[in-house]
Amino acid sequence: MSLQMTNTPKTMELVCPAGTPAALKAAVDAGAHTVYCGFRNETNARNFPGLNFSVRELREGVRYAHQRGTNVLVAVNTFARAGDVGIWTKAVDDIAACGADAIIAADLAVLDYALKHHPQIRLHLSVQAAAATPEAINFYAETFGVQRVVLPRVMSVEEIEKLNAEIDVETEVFVFGGLCVMTEGRCSLSSYATGKSPNLTGVCSPPGDVSYDEEGDKLFARLGGFTIDGFNAGESAGYPTLCKGRFNANDETSYLFEDPVSLNAAALLPRLKKAGITALKIEGRQRGKAYISQVVKAFRQAVDVLDAGGNAEAEVSAMLSAMTEGGRETTGAYKKIWR
Amino acid sequence: MSAIELALGPSFFNWSAEYLHDFYARVADEAPVSRVYIGEVICGKRMPFNDKAWPQVIERLERGGKQVVLSTIALPVTKRDRNSIADLCEMDMLVEVNDVAALAKRAGKPFAVGPFFNVYNEGAAQTLIDRGMESLCPPVELPLSSLATIAKACPQITTELFAFGRLPLAVSGRCYHARAHKLHKDSCQFICDRDLDGMDVDTLDNQQFLAANGIQTLSHSVQALTMAADELRANGVGRLRLSPHSIDMVKVSEDYAAMLADRINSEELEARLRSLPLPGALANGYVGGKPGHLWAD
Repeated sequence: MSLQMTNTPKTMELVCPAGTPAALKAAVDAGAHTVYCGFRNETNARNFPGLNFSVRELREGVRYAHQRGTNVLVAVNTFARAGDVGIWTKAVDDIAACGADAIIAADLAVLDYALKHHPQIRLHLSVQAAAATPEAINFYAETFGVQRVVLPRVMSVEEIEKLNAEIDVETEVFVFGGLCVMTEGRCSLSSYATGKSPNLTGVCSPPGDVSYDEEGDKLFARLGGFTIDGFNAGESAGYPTLCKGRFNANDETSYLFEDPVSLNAAALLPRLKKAGITALKIEGRQRGKAYISQVVKAFRQAVDVLDAGGNAEAEVSAMLSAMTEGGRETTGAYKKIWR
Repeated sequence: MSAIELALGPSFFNWSAEYLHDFYARVADEAPVSRVYIGEVICGKRMPFNDKAWPQVIERLERGGKQVVLSTIALPVTKRDRNSIADLCEMDMLVEVNDVAALAKRAGKPFAVGPFFNVYNEGAAQTLIDRGMESLCPPVELPLSSLATIAKACPQITTELFAFGRLPLAVSGRCYHARAHKLHKDSCQFICDRDLDGMDVDTLDNQQFLAANGIQTLSHSVQALTMAADELRANGVGRLRLSPHSIDMVKVSEDYAAMLADRINSEELEARLRSLPLPGALANGYVGGKPGHLWAD
């Protein structure tokens, strides 16, 4: 059974973040084929204050998007708390009632519930499930009817191409925005320092556990009391995301896990298309509508030009470089040298 | 009331075949554990080196009366990783599933589920029980209260708690041992074999924080659950998992066995553990739903 979405573009589908109703409208208006969002609670992996949707806002958002031919995906992609699974299954019921196009989930309990109670809704496997092999992906497809998998950001383009030859479900990959260094859904670093993590509470390196402490002429950025980075006077102090800090190991100080970079795979779009990718995902539900609008426009232009047989790499790069505010970028695991 | 069992988890570290052989020979002869999980769970590149140790290790452990469980790799990516899962799952022994890829291969036969597999609630546990799960050691960040809820809802399985050892916190596509030595994963020279308990990762101001082990990140601290047997039983814990380190694991398992048999109390177990040359400070925060690095009396 193949459940169609509102709009099935022939080009690579651009899946864009909508952290708020305003961002949803901005993404739709900027040319997103699809937007994704979540409810304002711990059922989604961007459970930050001031973000996300109420049930009524989702219903209105779906109406706005569908009127303009845009799909809406809703993430229920954290792992349900034992004894409180009802909060997660209610989110699934609400999504179905709002007429959204698909549910993005990772927890076996959530997938099982969605299949049994709402078989008419498409299921997408969240990146939080970290399914990277044909065996795992085919298991989710055969067991729960999953129709698309969001691939973990640990695979090279070559590996993705080989994978696509061995599975029947659609694949979606991240192309822009924040970059998890650890395999998504398999990382408890944040809860080790703070007690809160993506899987447990839908947050990573939460702001409430951050402190900036001046000591002498240095500024230390700390998370849960652990020093994640230190800055000299005049250096711009970054946010202490745990896996992007400076640490001492093997008698050296370095960004051991990853530099404070963000993902930009715009230059790899032709290669990703050749690898058989169905959809391109932009990270950033915590971003404002101006940012969303510009990034979506840039990527929409890129996929349209690519579709017409051209290459818009130079223009897209120029448009996006303004968005990363001079920050550094990486193509991440898509190039094998990253590992 | 049934007794709480002890198990030795799979070693996370790049120990040589000779080291593994000696380590498990002592476990077979002396450690009061009923179950031993073995196999390479972190990096497929190590398999050509340690594969040759396992047949003898299995034979030796079984001769010592241990139930041997074959653990599958936590993050399969390469053909070799995937083949290793298929081979293990076909064997006529109990298998510990650490990724959904192994679940797919183990259909219809009994299996254990390890801490790399995301089971956070009774619904996910039930889905796995329907497919043959016989015991569950959930992710280390899961609070004991959640484990108790799962145990209560699923009395047909044994619930296992990660009780001792550096906490497995994350896996990645990238090798941090290689990166710390300015190498890449594909030409890593297997330098993770230099650190028998992982490579210490400290903060800029020299707080002990984490430990790297190839693609894996562990806690610097050592989880040490010292709760009394009655309280463990009340929370549905049926087995404690001790995670191997280069310290005297026979001594560690003897101390836990003494605590479970009420021969020593929690304070004495803690004191005995602290007397060992542990790779890090003691921690137990996760058990109470707190930051994992904390120690709460």
